[in-house]
Amino acid sequence: MSDVIFTNEMDEEMTLNMGPHHPSTHGVLRFIIQSDGEIIRKAVPDVGYLHRSIEKIGERCTYPGYMPYTDRVDYVAAMFANECWAMACEKLMDITVPKRAQYLRVISCELNRIASHAIALGAMAMDIGATTPFMIFLRERESVNDLTEELCGARLTYNYHRIGGVSFDMPKGWADKVRRWLDRVEPFMAEFDRLITVNDIFIKRLANVAVITAEEAVDWGLVGPNLRASGVKWDLRKEDGYSVYPELDFDVPVGRGQHGSVGDCWDRFFVRSEECKQSIKILRQALDKIDEHPEDDIVGKLPKKIKPEGEAYARVESARGDMGCYVIGKGAEEPYRARFRTGSFTAMGIIEAKSPGLFLADLVALIASFDVVAPEIDR
Amino acid sequence: MAMTPEAIFKRLQEKFGTETVFDFHADPKKDKDPWFQVAPWEIETVCEHLRSEPDFAFNYLECITGVDYPDDHKIHVVYHVYSYPKKHRVVLKCLLDREDPAMPTLVNVWSTANWQERECFDLLGVLFEGHPDLRRLLMPDDWEGYPLRKDFEEKEDYHGIPTVRPNPIELFKITLPSKEPAKA
Repeated sequence: MSDVIFTNEMDEEMTLNMGPHHPSTHGVLRFIIQSDGEIIRKAVPDVGYLHRSIEKIGERCTYPGYMPYTDRVDYVAAMFANECWAMACEKLMDITVPKRAQYLRVISCELNRIASHAIALGAMAMDIGATTPFMIFLRERESVNDLTEELCGARLTYNYHRIGGVSFDMPKGWADKVRRWLDRVEPFMAEFDRLITVNDIFIKRLANVAVITAEEAVDWGLVGPNLRASGVKWDLRKEDGYSVYPELDFDVPVGRGQHGSVGDCWDRFFVRSEECKQSIKILRQALDKIDEHPEDDIVGKLPKKIKPEGEAYARVESARGDMGCYVIGKGAEEPYRARFRTGSFTAMGIIEAKSPGLFLADLVALIASFDVVAPEIDR
Repeated sequence: MAMTPEAIFKRLQEKFGTETVFDFHADPKKDKDPWFQVAPWEIETVCEHLRSEPDFAFNYLECITGVDYPDDHKIHVVYHVYSYPKKHRVVLKCLLDREDPAMPTLVNVWSTANWQERECFDLLGVLFEGHPDLRRLLMPDDWEGYPLRKDFEEKEDYHGIPTVRPNPIELFKITLPSKEPAKA
């Protein structure tokens, strides 16, 4: 395939394969790189190694039966695809979700967001040469896994959200456990910032690398932390105000280019680290407010037969940005079409355009800073 | 100020005429996001206008979806578009002939259309004319057929790799114990 893409055989340029199995590609993902020494002329991503045809499977499952498959859209942050599918079905069938279930959704999603960003931050540090942060972040993520295991019985692919609500209420004493963990992780994040985020070597490595302007980010459809790092203050949780996010107080961190230009790799790292702190803030409020709503009121009123007709498009702010689910029903038990729009997919599209002129080592930093997860690209 | 989909539809119809922009759907029971049709061959001019006109300012193409309707002999290409400055959304649909699905590309309007159109081509076989790099994206390069079409049938094997797992009982010639209770 590489000879199809690069036809001119120049002596000094070489074609290099990065992946499919490469430690910094975060899954099975391949780049065909044409380079002149250390400098990239062009890097073409070759995706599809993890394509599991989730959209096709959706046409053969019932609406509730599709939920476990949505876990696999993005297995690092599975809660969001769960929520996205549930919200699309609820929008299609006009189902109201009880407040307590919505709080449980927010709590589970924000826990998952911290876990996902922990992987992103740790893996990014590891990709550019610092091994220790990854180990420490895995420890914190492990605590989140323990908490979600107590909540819903699963550590990675949760299948926790249901159409109309969630599957279980919190176990007794769970809220205090989460609070204790938050008390521990908050000083840890501050310590992490002192050690890594504002570390001089780290800043020199990442500042001004692969700068993406706000205009480019919007044009290429970057979403979530990648978009905010380019200076666009836009968060679906604020703008759409879905679920109970309007009742919660939090900020939207954006890249300000403190150490380089707005939209460089360091900004993308910084935005994720700040978002973890905001998630901690949201979790504390949500855990306090959830008690205002009666226990075990966790599933809304569903129609007797789930055979909707029509179409709906729902969006959630996942750990990788605006995730969309488009569902079309034709009065059958199975959806006629289920489509997922994911943040990693569009982030991959920009790499071919941004790569010319980058150093090979900076491509690794660019991929890591996008926090792409291969299954989310391929679905 | 955010505009409703209906207002956007009316403005577009005034500008481009009823032959280009038509068929507004907003049945609250079925169409949770109101949508309307755009003539496939005019989609690029309409979208260029949506993007550049300051009242619309649609700068973010959220999602391109292809849907196959074999009963109507149509393939629908659905565009979900959003505007960051105005905070409004619109849904456009293009109905293509299923036998020869072709329409102009939107790569020159929104760069993100590049990969999304490639995916749509890969899984549904819609030809986006003028696309700079219309290759298969998710499926292998030599894959035959378009998997998200409703009449797609999986072949028995791909390069000698079976797509169906054989029944292990027949494969290994396992003899199952008889169901009759053993006689004493």
